[in-house]
Amino acid sequence: MLHIKCPHCGMRSQNEFSYGGDATVKRPELGKEISDQDWDNFVYNRKSLRGKHLELWQHLSGCRQWIKVERDTATHEIFRTLKANEDNS
Amino acid sequence: MDQNFRLSDGGLINRDKKLSFKFNNKTYYGYEGDTLASALIANGVHLIGRSFKYHRPRGFFGAGVDEPYAMVQLYRNGETEPNIKATEQELFDGLEATSVNCWPSVNFDIGAINNFLKIFLPAGFYYKTFMWPKSFWYKVYEPFIRKAAGLGVASIKHDKERYEHKYEYCDLLITGSGPSGLASAYAAAKNGARVILAEDKARFGGTLLTSEVNIGNKSGKEWAEGIIAELKEMPNVTVKNRSQVFGYYDHNMLVMSERISDHLSKTKKFHPKQRLWYIRAKEVLISSGSIERPIVFGNNDTPGVMLSSAAKEYLKVYGVLVGRNPLIFTNNDSGYETAIEFKKNGVDPTILDTRKDPQSEIINEAKNLGINIKFSYVVVAAQGYKKVKSADIAKISDDKEQLGSVENIKCDCICVSGFWTPTIHLASQSGNKTKFNEEIDAFVPGISKQNETTLGAANGSYTLEGTLKNSFETAYELSKKITNNTNKISLPNVVEKKSTTHDKFWCVPLPKGKNYKRFLDFQNDVAVSDIEIALKEGYRSIEHVKRYTTLGMATDQGKTSNLNGLQLVSNIENKVVPNVGHTTFRPPYTPVSIGAIVGREIGKHSKPTRKSPMHKWHEQHNAIFVDAGVWLRPRYYKQGNENLFEASKREAKNVRTNVGVCDVTTLGKIDIKGPDAAELLNRVYTNAWLKLPVGKARYGVMLREDGIVMDDGTTTRISENHYHMTTTTAQAANVLSHLEYYLQLVWPELNVNVVSTTEQWAGAAVAGPKSRDLLQKLFPKSDVSNEGLPFMGYIEGDLFGVKARIFRISFSGELAYEVNVESDNGNFMWEKIMEVGEEFKIQPYGTEALSTLRIEMGHVAGSELDGRTIPYDNSLEGLLSKKKDFIGKRSLTRKAFIAEDRQKIVGVVPLDKKTSIPEGSHLVKDSNAPLPNPKLGYISASCWSVEHDNPFSLAILKNGKNMIGEKLFVMSPLKNKVIPVEIVSSHYVDPKGERVRS
Ligand SMILES: [Zn+2]
Repeated sequence: MLHIKCPHCGMRSQNEFSYGGDATVKRPELGKEISDQDWDNFVYNRKSLRGKHLELWQHLSGCRQWIKVERDTATHEIFRTLKANEDNS
Repeated sequence: MDQNFRLSDGGLINRDKKLSFKFNNKTYYGYEGDTLASALIANGVHLIGRSFKYHRPRGFFGAGVDEPYAMVQLYRNGETEPNIKATEQELFDGLEATSVNCWPSVNFDIGAINNFLKIFLPAGFYYKTFMWPKSFWYKVYEPFIRKAAGLGVASIKHDKERYEHKYEYCDLLITGSGPSGLASAYAAAKNGARVILAEDKARFGGTLLTSEVNIGNKSGKEWAEGIIAELKEMPNVTVKNRSQVFGYYDHNMLVMSERISDHLSKTKKFHPKQRLWYIRAKEVLISSGSIERPIVFGNNDTPGVMLSSAAKEYLKVYGVLVGRNPLIFTNNDSGYETAIEFKKNGVDPTILDTRKDPQSEIINEAKNLGINIKFSYVVVAAQGYKKVKSADIAKISDDKEQLGSVENIKCDCICVSGFWTPTIHLASQSGNKTKFNEEIDAFVPGISKQNETTLGAANGSYTLEGTLKNSFETAYELSKKITNNTNKISLPNVVEKKSTTHDKFWCVPLPKGKNYKRFLDFQNDVAVSDIEIALKEGYRSIEHVKRYTTLGMATDQGKTSNLNGLQLVSNIENKVVPNVGHTTFRPPYTPVSIGAIVGREIGKHSKPTRKSPMHKWHEQHNAIFVDAGVWLRPRYYKQGNENLFEASKREAKNVRTNVGVCDVTTLGKIDIKGPDAAELLNRVYTNAWLKLPVGKARYGVMLREDGIVMDDGTTTRISENHYHMTTTTAQAANVLSHLEYYLQLVWPELNVNVVSTTEQWAGAAVAGPKSRDLLQKLFPKSDVSNEGLPFMGYIEGDLFGVKARIFRISFSGELAYEVNVESDNGNFMWEKIMEVGEEFKIQPYGTEALSTLRIEMGHVAGSELDGRTIPYDNSLEGLLSKKKDFIGKRSLTRKAFIAEDRQKIVGVVPLDKKTSIPEGSHLVKDSNAPLPNPKLGYISASCWSVEHDNPFSLAILKNGKNMIGEKLFVMSPLKNKVIPVEIVSSHYVDPKGERVRS
């Protein structure tokens, strides 16, 4: 079971969180024209990366905040965690 | 005679407490502190079971967790448990056990014919033998194997015992209480670290209990006892015996199973049988020691052949002789320790040493004691069927390839020592890149992936002084890193015997003309010849060889077989062992009971149960409940001898004619506040929300980004910046997460707060033509007329002194209201409604009537909004705003979603107006078409229409828009039904929706 540092609550076990997928995906702006391909990429197409991956988790049984977790998908090493509004770079 | 093989004194057992037990229905006696194995050996019992494949007689091979065969079926306090190692099961008074894997009895076993039948013999026998002819599998092979094989029988009874889970944190977790475990625990604890020390066995001390050493002027055993006593007194230390750390998972999470009551004849009141610990450790020190390696020779599975270290443990811990005429077969000094123990207890052993002329302190001691030692000698084969009677031995050439002439010598046991294999299972599970240590011919931990350090014998260190020194230092450094303390323990004076190098010899060649089976894996009956066949047939990867031959599989996980298997593969392949590599070690290290894994989450504790504040009332009024997610909801209220069908019909009919009341507390409720609340709603719902006035409710549908309907419900504007959202019972949690996702990540600029208020409000739906009259009496001060509270209106009212929210919304299609009060007042509200409603013939109705009412009205619910349908499919396209964007809108232009013949909701009525239609049935054009019959749609929900008094169903049907009036067939192959039906509108009652507005 992973040990994830919630930026709001501190170190917590994985079973308090739920997984939310790739954190680098940006939702297209509302009301803006978008091609079928771009919309498809947003809704469906994800890279299944081996290695460093920035992903979303929600601290569901804690503060209920969505957070960003930089994790190695192969080794499960977690490099850092960020608040929703913190910059990835 | 009773306990014939027990020494008159010695050992760590309690001779004052004699225990009686039964094995295969025969009564024996042992002592408190025995294991089932030691007590059986004390009584001269060595035949304990039959081997898995060939059904050869099997005895004891080890004295603990390393035991590959002595597994029994255990009976304890009316319960039975399979797959129990006799070497680990502590004796208690009244224990009963039987052999497994033998039929009809351990002494006469039909399966032993396998041993003589060639077709059962080779490697891969499952794959080859039993696959052809196919029909033989069910009729011949499987019944035969089932009867003859297996490692015991699982009980089908409910387990009365309790199992618990515990979560724990510590600075250092130390696995094993041998020299390295005790030293590191002591050093870390003295330096202020939070320490958990786990020992698999009942007794702490590991090899210190059996070795002749001296630490700080104490015997090893005394030193261990002193350390443990001191550790137990320290507040920062948890010391656990009978506790096996069996799994090493991510982020230094380890799982340990603690056997709390297994050693007692009965679990104490309020005690669990076992406890599973989830331990998150900052650092892990693996001090799991090592397991003695067998030397492979002919018939080396005969009862009486066992590890030399096990023989020593039976002697020193249990005061038991494994034989009176022992033969020690060794390639290193360890065998001498066992021989000396025998000699000290008046038994004359013979030592066969594969080495030519080894010199060491302990060898000299054996010589001085007059022990008969034969150098450059090997055991060629054990002789005897159910017990060793003699051994064929021979001199071996210096290159270890040529045997001299074979002689036979009498013996009643053969104690084997082929040096030691570090127990690296936990380190390997943690992701450690293990490396091969040439000096000890075994793998040891290499580069750590997690915070884990392996110490002592588990790391290939076999001197006590070195182990203690390294353990003290490592634990000090690690604890200093965590606590910043600098309390250092000084190393005590250590006296131990120096030993010399071992002989890298592990397999005795076959003598000319002999075809003895030489076993590598005792649990799975894998012999040298099986591996040879696998390699001859082209298997190369050690992982494939493992699966083809079953080497190192099952509960044993290759504890005694792994390395010899690797040696063999590397010899045949002309590779070195590190290049062959070892197979992956997987948790659990030892079998863990299913009960411990499941813990307390069984039966009704498997999930929480949520009850509405009116639950008691429902119970008192004969409600029959149904699970709705984690909620318990009344399905119907039984009157007299009514069944579900009759009761729900009566309840639904009463709503259509008078008035009914339904507990709708379970609906999800979300409180939404903030200046941008309307904007949020406008984005998540498909219809327009910006102009909803205060005091009005609106029905809304929300989509996922892929255009699929996520949920529906009504949301009411309570005040300027305050909304009350309702969701379906099932989706309540998902909708909240969904809103939080968009507010926190996508549109953080929106100034809105959302919070679940599902449990804060109790809800009652009051529905039926007389509901307004009832409401007027409940709220005499409020104007509830059609003008004062129109359809989709909202007011706040006073219910006999209790503040209430009144929504004019309808799920039943009748004139209806929903009344909400704070949960604590829920029961008060309900009772008032029933009391005042009496004159209007009010009746409570359950979920079954609720479904009937919504189905015949054509209102969609969970069975239509099933994660596969878009708004059009549910005839909700009228709610899609053309003017604004919303979540999922862009997806609705996908080709399949706008296809001319897209599926759509319809109503279905059987032509005979009698036959009920099973939910989930398929709709087809021609009931006699050849299979696969093209499916046009499926029945999503069925009811008995109380309005029309005939069956009615909703269906999602291809080209549903143009199918009204068509005649089709409903097919349910599961229920063997074919029903001719007519397709009608999904709005079977009040299609214009006049009643809700009346
Ligand atoms: Zn948190």
